[in-house]
Amino acid sequence: MSIAVNIIDILKGEMEKHDAARLKGVKLKIGELTAIEPESLRFCFEALTEGTNMEGAALTIEEISLKGKCLTCNTTFKLDRYFTTLCPRCGGKPGNLISGRELDIESMEIE
Amino acid sequence: MHDIIINEKILSKNMEIAAENRERLKNKGIFTINLISSPGSGKTALVEKTVEALKDEIKVAVIEGDIQGDLDTQRLMKFGIPVRQINTGRSCHLDAHMIRHTLPGLFDQGEIDFLIIENVGNMVCPAEYDLGEDLKVSVMSVTEGDDKPLKYPAMFHASNYLLINKVDLHPYTNFDLERAKANALKMNPELKIFETSCTEGTGIEKWIDEMRGKLADKPKD
Repeated sequence: MSIAVNIIDILKGEMEKHDAARLKGVKLKIGELTAIEPESLRFCFEALTEGTNMEGAALTIEEISLKGKCLTCNTTFKLDRYFTTLCPRCGGKPGNLISGRELDIESMEIE
Repeated sequence: MHDIIINEKILSKNMEIAAENRERLKNKGIFTINLISSPGSGKTALVEKTVEALKDEIKVAVIEGDIQGDLDTQRLMKFGIPVRQINTGRSCHLDAHMIRHTLPGLFDQGEIDFLIIENVGNMVCPAEYDLGEDLKVSVMSVTEGDDKPLKYPAMFHASNYLLINKVDLHPYTNFDLERAKANALKMNPELKIFETSCTEGTGIEKWIDEMRGKLADKPKD
């Protein structure tokens, strides 16, 4: 719920900045590691925007997969949720997470 | 109808306030830890042990986060240290805004060297909400599953330390200590792991020594 509240607060500010009458859509980038359930977020968003100029806006969620960098050869590769994937190039272990922790608003569609 | 690129982090407001909190705490020379875990892992007992061991050496303070009630605060007040209770009402986690509002009241209670923030019992959301702490410390207990790190990757990934608590109960459970540690290190190879029991005192001194070391490293203002 608080994630939805944060999204709406940011959108309110952006809509004011751009003199928007209505929100038609919003695109989010949600990383795999964040444990955000898209349907729950959708439900909260809809509940909170009912009766506002954001009601009915299409919520598009792009799920960003977990990607890590090999500790041995620095190759970037996709990881499974249990971090068991080894480097496809050298079999090394993944270290630094490159992606998968995003919780971003990419863009909005307004009129 | 047109598209506007925003490219903003959803939790940007929280991040901003957390950064302000961090600056405030740093300016006062306060070393801060954020304790996160599921409910019932023994967080409060660990806080009690930590406070008890350090309160005569340094100035410790605690911020207690709970949905309601002040039972944990009552437990800590007997040590005669500054304690503030945050009741979140509905929120399942503390956020930077709540901490910002609590700090003045805490500072009023006296000088502080070490601030322990005990978060709401929850293995999901606290990992996402920076409060302005120096270190995130996760706690899990042997009465939970050794697969916890696999189920709650974000929490273990975001933490600097992991305390595996209630090890005195280990003989009575199917908990595989080595597997739990391996799982946790998979989520975060940098994680420093301690095994503790508040009932028997196992590993507590080692944990306290680690905190002593961190406090000594902290630049004084």
